[in-house]
Amino acid sequence: MTPRRQRMVLVALVAAGVILSAGLALRAFQENLLYFFTPTQVAAGEAPDGRAYHLGGMVLPESIQRDPGSLTVNFIVTDYVHTMPVTYSGVLPDLFAEDQGVVARGRPDANGLFVADEILAKHDENYMPPEIAEALAQAEQGEAP
Amino acid sequence: MSEFLAMGGHGPYVWSAYGVTLVVMVYNAWAAYRHQANALARLQQAGAEQETRAKPTVRQIG
Amino acid sequence: MSAVPIRSRLWRAFHQLGSPPYVYRLAGRLAPWLGTMSCVLLAVGAFWGLVLAPPDYLQGDSFRIIYIHVPSAYLSMGGYVLMAVAAAIGYIWRMKLAHGVAVCVAPLGAWFTALALITGGIWGKPTWGTYWEWGDARLMFELLLLFLFIGYMVLRMSFDERDKADRVSALLAVVGVVNVPIIHYSVEWWTTLHQGPTLIREGGPSITMDMLIPLLIMLAGFSLFFGWLLCKRLQGEILRRESRTRWVRNLAAEAAA
Repeated sequence: MTPRRQRMVLVALVAAGVILSAGLALRAFQENLLYFFTPTQVAAGEAPDGRAYHLGGMVLPESIQRDPGSLTVNFIVTDYVHTMPVTYSGVLPDLFAEDQGVVARGRPDANGLFVADEILAKHDENYMPPEIAEALAQAEQGEAP
Repeated sequence: MSEFLAMGGHGPYVWSAYGVTLVVMVYNAWAAYRHQANALARLQQAGAEQETRAKPTVRQIG
Repeated sequence: MSAVPIRSRLWRAFHQLGSPPYVYRLAGRLAPWLGTMSCVLLAVGAFWGLVLAPPDYLQGDSFRIIYIHVPSAYLSMGGYVLMAVAAAIGYIWRMKLAHGVAVCVAPLGAWFTALALITGGIWGKPTWGTYWEWGDARLMFELLLLFLFIGYMVLRMSFDERDKADRVSALLAVVGVVNVPIIHYSVEWWTTLHQGPTLIREGGPSITMDMLIPLLIMLAGFSLFFGWLLCKRLQGEILRRESRTRWVRNLAAEAAA
């Protein structure tokens, strides 16, 4: 084997070793790499017990209830399989709205109500002008019975 | 114009992001040119030193 | 010309690219062209993105940060791959010039990684409601990419001998390249605050044409800008590495005259 071929094999082995160990490490830390847990994961008991975590999903349409006279807001997070009620008191991000992605940081109380101390908005990867979004919404309404 | 600058209330975010990007890109262009100019200047300096050092040896031999 | 087999012609091109005087002149000829083209594209793309493109239905005008954030992030990852490939070629074929390319990419890649992180943070505040979230996999691995670029440069500084620095830092560059696909797929493998990919995804880009065109112009502009600065840095790097050779001494004497 020529020295050049030896170096080539060494680089290939190093790359293969790194890919393998990175794959194993990421698999081992899979749960720590999750930024939020969905209501389904929470229902399955996969969310951490006893410490604060992020709950993520969509804001269920017509579930937002604002408490008049205070900053408290109640709403329901859904992943279209399970739901979880959330209560929060504070300033909401601009993009917080019904049927939009949301991430809440906090923990559930004894009654299963998720008490959040921070609300963030999660948007998707779709970008379009307002007119197109309107046309899409109208088309969807037209299709609905 | 002021409406354009306001960016629908997001002006500070949009303009600070573009501003930082402009500054970083201009700095990098300047740094890249300086990188080459410095190398050339150092070579010329080394060349000039060598010439002055070469002269006494010529005289010694002579 | 046509009688020469393709294979040997490719090898000649490969060897020419290993020849410092040839690459020095090539970079010198390419640089002004790349510089002009990139400035034109960046000006057109920025005007199109800031003025002509419509606002986003959900994010309004803050979405316009996409036109600098996505090209920066793309250059940070593309730059790292370029650095790793150049370093690997330098290591395997003992090609000093390839190590030189990796050395020149490192600071540029680090700056564009920093830009991706900064513009992403500024974009995050009006949309997500936060500048930075520890624990978001996309953000974490992009930050790791910045540390890899910086680590490569710092590691080189710890060696007095350039040849040894070349060999050892090349292995770090190759090891770190595994981070690039992790960054890309992080938003699909794990739950993240960061949204999924808009351009490189199944089913094509999820952005309307009037918003996509300026993004493509900016991507081209950023890439040519990167190539421009790489040419200038490579010229400086070649002068440093070849300072003892006759052609560089002649060149310095000519430039002085």
